Amino acid sequence: MTDKPLTKNIKGDKPADLAAYEANGGYVAVRDTIGKKSSSDLLDIIKDSNLRGRGGAGFPTGMKWSFVPMDKTEGHKYLVCNADEMEPGTFKDRVIMEKDPHQLVEGMILSAYTIDADIGYIFIRAEYHAAARRLREAINAAKEKGYLGENILGTGYNFELHVHSSAGRYICGEETALLNSLEGKRANPRAKPPFPQVSGLWGRPTIVNNVETLCNITHIVANGADWFKDLGLGEDSGTKLFGVSGRVKSPGCWELPMGTPIREIIEDHAGGMADGYELKGFLPGGASTDFLLPEHLDLAMDYDVIMKAGSRMGTGTMIILDDQVCPVAMVRNIIEFFARESCGFCTPCRDGLPWVHKILDSIENGRGEPQGMDILNRQAAFLGAIGHTNCALAPGAIEPLASAMKYFGDEFNQHIEEKRCPYSNKNGAN
Amino acid sequence: MAKITVDGRTFEVDDSDNLLEALLGLGEDLPYFCWHPEMGSLGSCRQCAVVQYMDENDERGRVVMSCMTPVTDGAILSVQGEKASDFRESNIENLMLNHPHDCPVCEEGGECHLQDMTVMSGHKDRQYKYQKTTFNNQDLGPFIGHEMNRCITCYRCVRFYGDYSGGDDLAAFGSRGRVFFGRTEDGVLENEFAGNLVEVCPTGVFTDKTLSAHYTRKWDLQSAPAVCTGCSLGCNITVSERYGEVRRVHNRYNSEVNGYFLCDRGRFGAGYVNSDDRIPYCGIRDANGVYEATSAEDILSHLKTLLSDAKSVVGIGSPRSSLEANFALQTLVGEDNFYSGLSAVEAEIASLQLQVLNSDLKTPSLAEVEDCDAVLILGEDTTNHAPRLALSIRQAVRNEAKDLAKEARIPLWQDAAVRKLAQDAKSPLFVLTSSADRLDGIGTGIRLSSEDIALAGINIANGIDGTAEDDADIQSIVEALTNASKPLIVTGSSSACPEIVKAAVNIATALSKRNAETGLLICTDEANTLAAARLSEKPFPTTGADVAIVLENDLSLRVAGATLDDWLAQVTSLVVIDSLDNSISSRSSLVLPAATFAEAEGTYINNEGRAQRSFGAFKPKGDIAPAWDWLLRICHDQNLLTGVEQFDDLLGSIASANEDLAGAVDAAPNAAFRVHGQKISRMTHRSSGRTAIVADVSLHEPKQPEDNNSALTYSMEGTNQDSPGGMKAYTWSPGWNSNQSISKYQNEISGSAGEGTRGVKLFVDSSSQLAALETSPGGNSSAVSVVPNWHIFGSDELTNRCEAIHSLAPSPYALLNSATASKLGVKAGDALKLAAGEAPSLAVMLDDSIAEGCVICPVLEETRAYLHLPTAGDGLLVKDESWTPPADAENIISSDRSS
Repeated sequence: MTDKPLTKNIKGDKPADLAAYEANGGYVAVRDTIGKKSSSDLLDIIKDSNLRGRGGAGFPTGMKWSFVPMDKTEGHKYLVCNADEMEPGTFKDRVIMEKDPHQLVEGMILSAYTIDADIGYIFIRAEYHAAARRLREAINAAKEKGYLGENILGTGYNFELHVHSSAGRYICGEETALLNSLEGKRANPRAKPPFPQVSGLWGRPTIVNNVETLCNITHIVANGADWFKDLGLGEDSGTKLFGVSGRVKSPGCWELPMGTPIREIIEDHAGGMADGYELKGFLPGGASTDFLLPEHLDLAMDYDVIMKAGSRMGTGTMIILDDQVCPVAMVRNIIEFFARESCGFCTPCRDGLPWVHKILDSIENGRGEPQGMDILNRQAAFLGAIGHTNCALAPGAIEPLASAMKYFGDEFNQHIEEKRCPYSNKNGAN
Repeated sequence: MAKITVDGRTFEVDDSDNLLEALLGLGEDLPYFCWHPEMGSLGSCRQCAVVQYMDENDERGRVVMSCMTPVTDGAILSVQGEKASDFRESNIENLMLNHPHDCPVCEEGGECHLQDMTVMSGHKDRQYKYQKTTFNNQDLGPFIGHEMNRCITCYRCVRFYGDYSGGDDLAAFGSRGRVFFGRTEDGVLENEFAGNLVEVCPTGVFTDKTLSAHYTRKWDLQSAPAVCTGCSLGCNITVSERYGEVRRVHNRYNSEVNGYFLCDRGRFGAGYVNSDDRIPYCGIRDANGVYEATSAEDILSHLKTLLSDAKSVVGIGSPRSSLEANFALQTLVGEDNFYSGLSAVEAEIASLQLQVLNSDLKTPSLAEVEDCDAVLILGEDTTNHAPRLALSIRQAVRNEAKDLAKEARIPLWQDAAVRKLAQDAKSPLFVLTSSADRLDGIGTGIRLSSEDIALAGINIANGIDGTAEDDADIQSIVEALTNASKPLIVTGSSSACPEIVKAAVNIATALSKRNAETGLLICTDEANTLAAARLSEKPFPTTGADVAIVLENDLSLRVAGATLDDWLAQVTSLVVIDSLDNSISSRSSLVLPAATFAEAEGTYINNEGRAQRSFGAFKPKGDIAPAWDWLLRICHDQNLLTGVEQFDDLLGSIASANEDLAGAVDAAPNAAFRVHGQKISRMTHRSSGRTAIVADVSLHEPKQPEDNNSALTYSMEGTNQDSPGGMKAYTWSPGWNSNQSISKYQNEISGSAGEGTRGVKLFVDSSSQLAALETSPGGNSSAVSVVPNWHIFGSDELTNRCEAIHSLAPSPYALLNSATASKLGVKAGDALKLAAGEAPSLAVMLDDSIAEGCVICPVLEETRAYLHLPTAGDGLLVKDESWTPPADAENIISSDRSS
């Protein structure tokens, strides 16, 4: 048994084809499970494994699935894979889908079987052309082998799987906006309750999970919950695809045990800071997480540990802020992205983020005013809490801003007092 | 019920509500935008935030959107606390960032929900210093203006237009801070209920163009509670006037009739009141045939002599005049000489309707229609003939969705969630009509000729009674109706075919034996068809008279050319009482100028037998008077109705002479009614400029006209706020200047708005059982039959006199399939003539969805009377050989162009 289940098939640039995938233990879990184990047994294993969603929120997967009504037999149930990987700085799902597409297909077959879904969709980011193509090839190959489609392996279980390319909005990564988009409607997040487990795609019970989450299912089913729990170093189970981007020596993505210390990820795997640059801070889990500082380097990458430090593990893909990048400019860029990607549904996000962006832009360009900081603080409180808004986009967008103001507030004030960006040689440019 | 604690006080509220509904119902001033009492919650504006505490020990609480949070027993809430009010202040500040500072020139100003909510939320100083988002506006047609820069993105417009009323040409485009609500390109909004956007929009994005044409602020309007006369449904409206002109019509909430919404004919069709065609003075035609204006005194004395000398007098009533005027005319000429003035066909259908109303069959209100879970429409074009009913049927088909939601424990106010859950699930609706129907999209449209619709109806009735039916459509209709808990049959006079109505009655009779909840709704052509039909079963005299008095009735719409000409030739003196010049007044010898609905009180009996009183907003000019008032004065001169002086007296006479109409007395409070000892003011308390109206003549303000006939007054003196709902001249409450203030008067959200709002149902004696009616559907299926096609814009006599409405009316056409066309020897681009040449030419258009043998013709001023002739028979339609097609005639139908 490997300690890197998610990446064990990834070698070189070429994707693992069906033969290679099967040669390395692929579809054994499907053969051993479909029609042989009950869905409730499978659900118990998933619950027991303590797997938490890898898309960013870290919600326990088994608990999520347990809300799917299992008593009703009529009508469709859906399993949707959220492959709309658009969180800035995040590129982990792409690695799996491009290099080992069968891993996702097998994970989805097992997951669908557990919740008794008969139709699956992989909702994939618009720009992931290669991944979409390879997934379609994998689906066709699996179908030919009888792993997918009608009467899987002669067991009488049916599961059709489709790949749907997104039209390209960040908000489609929000699971209910994704469902609306899949239905051909505006990608506005839905109000919850009702949750998708009860009324999801086309009003039917639906589970939406991240690529990495679904891939883990295969290995948990194959190797058991205890094995999976043992993979983690701390409280959380399993491994995780961690990534680092920014001015480090070798940015990249690695499969490491849950609870790996941040320092190890940045210094050992990413090779430490590039020459001439010092670490000033980092966003631990993508653009919509709070800044952490060098003093947090020894924290373990575990959901609850990072939460206690005031941030979120998010997607586990860090963005580095070095000492030669203006934190105001960085936050301005992030807010500009989120303001642009707002679906325009609720007031705080739709109108609040552009205002924040304009204030940050004026501060960065030497036109900031002291009351701008008051407004930013007020807006951060107004936009920053889930429940204030219809979904988590705006609260996520505010996290880097609020933490930047907390940790680098003096630099914001310096911009305003000096009427220029101190990182810039020229006035008004960075 | 549930107990909730709000800022320390405990209340009992309905636990099926959300917190916003409960709090508004308690009278809390809690601002909101996207929630609408009829459309439920969305959760997009985030304005109605309150703080909810876990328990007594929770000191922090969390911000929740009250519209998205169900009432739970024991909930502890803060509405006015700092945390909640700070959030709301921040929210409105953000909401207002891009909103222009154009209130002084915005038509919504002074009745703007956004203004009210901004003030309520406490935001006053704008700190935003950057450029605002701007949009290009669109031309949306003659009714509705578009000013997107004012939009606050509450999504109400698209929810009303698309989700609620089924329109598909208004949508939200774009995303983020640039969401645009409009059409893909400029063009007339296609939905017949688009006008509600004016009231649904919380600010000035969608405005009433017919008001813009002579704009005035709400506070300068003089208004009255009136009843729409555009069709037989009797929707409640607020009609508003300034400087002697009707400025606009707004919805007036009635929980049993129109609720919160009107159709566009009703909303934009009142402009005829201001028409240049109004008859301004009394007049007598002189020896040279020229009309001369005379005084009221002169004309009355002239009439007195005329009537005393006459050996024979007939009175022809009106389906659009008040019950009171019809009664006064009946009294004047005597029952034997009084005719309803309906077409023969409409009289027959109205008489069937009266039989139904007087039986144990159930006639539902529009509110009850929305509860029905299977609907069969038999030959009735609801959208064009009784439009507001179509909107209610659109809600009825959602009962399947509501049932699914209840099963999934999703509260019905969670509108988006209910729609997502149900997707396309709908309660059954069958539309049996002769041409495409707007409701086809939400049900099963079945195209048949009128004769075949009647036959299908008979088969359905037989099927319900247990006869096996071969036809699959009939089987599924029978199954849907018998399985429903509240089945509804809708029919009416739009096809001008009494056999269809009889068949519908028989279906309802058969169904009622199995299910007492069965409803039957019959729609007639006019606002007061039932009143006229009730007073006389005879539609039209066969012989002439020395004096004929025609009350508010353009007879050329109901009696076809030659017959009318013959009759007129036998009448020595034709006396017309009407408001607008028409083809009868132009042939009269004596005319009395009548007030319109906007200037007179009157009782209207709608198609469910509901008597409702309508009040005028202003006193008409000069000698113009309500028709009932003219007739009362003429009666007095003949020593009739002596002692009857006021409107209430006349109503009393009607009640004592007609037991089944006595309920009309209680339709509204009488003239002696007072609130806090005061009359009810038609003008707002901040009415400005009244003293300046005649300042160019005299600085002394003249005495306001008095209203002795109602409890309303032509003044800002008096009270409006505490008046009962049905008597409210306009809706306003402190801090609530827009129509949203209605929630301040409802006993609960969307409940009844105080006493007296809902009218009185007449004909309530339902002890008699209706036997199955004899039916004789036309047997000659090889003959060509003409089916009238109603148009919401253009078919109604009076509203068609408004420029905006008329601009959307069709030209005369004949719509038929190619087989029928070849039988008649015509092709697209040719023309047909009705009734062997009397009626106007109809441009032939081909549509193969039309049943064979049917020729669909629009109901228009020039065609209407001919469409009520017996419809089957050879030689009814002939090719118009003299027709010269317009240069672009080949291109009438776009689909023809390619072939």
